[in-house]
Parts: sequence; C-alpha cells; structure tokens
Amino acid sequence: MAMSWIWVCMLALSLFCGLLNGSADLGAAAMEGAGKAVTLCVSLTGSLCLWSGFGAVLERSGLQAGLARILSPVLGRLYPTARRNPKTMSVLCGNVTANLLGLGSAATPLGVEAVRRMQALSGSTAATDEMCKLVVMNTASIQLLPTTVAALRGSLGSAAPFDILPAVWVTSLFSVGAGLLAAAFFQRFGGLGDGRSK
Amino acid sequence: MLIPGLLLGVSALALGRRVDVYDALLEGGKRGLELVKTILPALVMLLTAVELLRASGALEALTRLLAPAAAWLGIPPETLPLVLVRPLSGSAALAVGADLMAAHGPDSLVGRTAAIMLGSTETTFYTISVYFAAAGVKRTRYAIPAALIADLTGFAAAALTARLL
Repeated sequence: MAMSWIWVCMLALSLFCGLLNGSADLGAAAMEGAGKAVTLCVSLTGSLCLWSGFGAVLERSGLQAGLARILSPVLGRLYPTARRNPKTMSVLCGNVTANLLGLGSAATPLGVEAVRRMQALSGSTAATDEMCKLVVMNTASIQLLPTTVAALRGSLGSAAPFDILPAVWVTSLFSVGAGLLAAAFFQRFGGLGDGRSK
Repeated sequence: MLIPGLLLGVSALALGRRVDVYDALLEGGKRGLELVKTILPALVMLLTAVELLRASGALEALTRLLAPAAAWLGIPPETLPLVLVRPLSGSAALAVGADLMAAHGPDSLVGRTAAIMLGSTETTFYTISVYFAAAGVKRTRYAIPAALIADLTGFAAAALTARLL
C-alpha cells in the first residue's frame, strides 16, 4: 500500500507544480519517462545476466560456503547466542557471505531462516539483540561487488563503471559500523526492554 | 583488468572443482533475466513519475526546499530525493538514481554520490518487514532506529567518499 500512496503523491505534486509553473508538456514527459525505463532495462539486461551467472558459479563451486567458514569465528563474537547453535550459525554466516558476494536472491531466504531459528531459541515475539544486529547488517548492505549499480553506470556511459568500488566499501563499513554501534548503545541504554523477557 | 580477472579466476577455480561452469552461468543468467522481468514494470511506472516531477519543476522545488537538510548531512541537495525513497523501495531508488546519473552524468560528483549511495545501502523497511514477519517477531524494538542511523551514516559517508576516493 505504501507505494500506492507514494505514486499518487508524486503525480499530484507534479500536476500541482505543473499548473503553478504553467510550463512544459507533461503528457510528453510521461511518455518519455516510460520509454526511458525500457531503454534502461534493455541496456541493464546484459550485465545483470552476466553477474547473476557469476553468482551461480560462486554458489555451485562452494566458494560461498568456504567464505562462510572463514567468517564464522569473526561473526561468532557478534552473535554469542547463535554461536552455541551450529545450524543457526551456519545459516547466519551463509546470509552474510551471500550479501558480501552480492547474491541477493540467496541472502534473503538464509537471513529469514536465521531469524526464524533465533526466534525459536528465544521463544519470544520480541526481537532479540542479535536479531536487531542481523537486521542492521542486512539493511546496511555490505557488498564486495555492487554489480547492479555498476551495470547502471555502464549503461549510462560511465568511463569506468567499477571505479566506485573503494568508495562503496568504505561507505558500507561506515554505515555498518554506525548501525552496530547504535544497536550496542540501544541494547545498553535504550530502555526498549529486554528481548528475552516475557 | 580486475573484472575479467575475477571472472576467469572464479571460473577456473570452479572448473578445477569439477563444476559445470558454463551450465551454472546459463542458469544464473536466466535468474538475471527473471530479475529484469520483475523490475521492468516497476521502473516504467516510477520513471514516468520521476520524469513528471522533473518536467513540472516539482523536483527542483523539492530540492530547494530540502537544501538545508542536505547541507546538514553534507550531501549534494540533488541526491535528496534518492535519500528519501532509498529505505522505502528498491525499484524507486533505482529509478531516481538512474535519473540523477542520466541528468548529471554518471561520472559527475552527483552521479557518483548517487551510485555510491545505491551500492552501499539497502531497502531498509522492506528488509526489516520481510525478516521479522517471516519469523513471527512482533516487537521490533530498536531495529528500525538502528538501521536508519546506519542509512544516514551511509548517505553522509557516500557524499564524502565520492569526493575523496
């Protein structure tokens, strides 16, 4: 429903401003926008297919599973409760590595499974501290190869679509760091209740 | 060289492990095509709306109105519409980001900032609702504020790294 409201608001705002400014043929603009979307999609299709193919190779070759094993000890420190349950820890590591490698379609089911298992362990309908941390790590998107954005830049004629990589990495580190710090702060001083009580 | 090298390295490694690499590529490619199919209608609607906002002068007015907030975060005011839709809808963010990159050029400061923002943030509200709804979690506690703090930090950092890196 949220998108329906946003859609109606965007159209109403355009019409209102268009009447105020008395400018431009809005009908032509609408048709142009719709056409642009198709052009954009067509030029994106090539790189999207290529990188999805690359993602499938990462999955099937066991490279993703290998990376998950390497990251497991580090993540164990962040998730002490989940660590005590090997199956929970393995889906959790799978989720984080899938995100790192840009395997969006693999990351979501693993993340959902991890939260489900954490919920079963806590037995409460309130989010635990570790669930909040996992959600923050997922919403802050730590990605080694932001392929969709690179494809977008390439399709719009960028000279070097991947030259934003270092900036994306540093930015992601900042945002994940800030999110985890905020979570730690709320956990200690938030007064939003202990997830395990009740 | 980084990208072809990466493609070769991973493919060769997978082949060494007796994986049918080409078959995996094709299967993944099909998934990519599915993805395009699902985002195409959303992009049509949203780019139509964005184009209307731009042609009517609404986008410019909104940018001017929100300029003080942008200055506070240290981000280019042109990227504010992207900041507003990023946590709500992935395809809307893609549409607004593509519009910014097309209008200012993908290698301009605004275009690069928009790209870094898109690459380093996620559809926060969507992710939170999917994860918690599937697990039957009702009280999300501080998940939303903490995730939004991460997003805001990411937007500010994107403007900084677009200039420096």
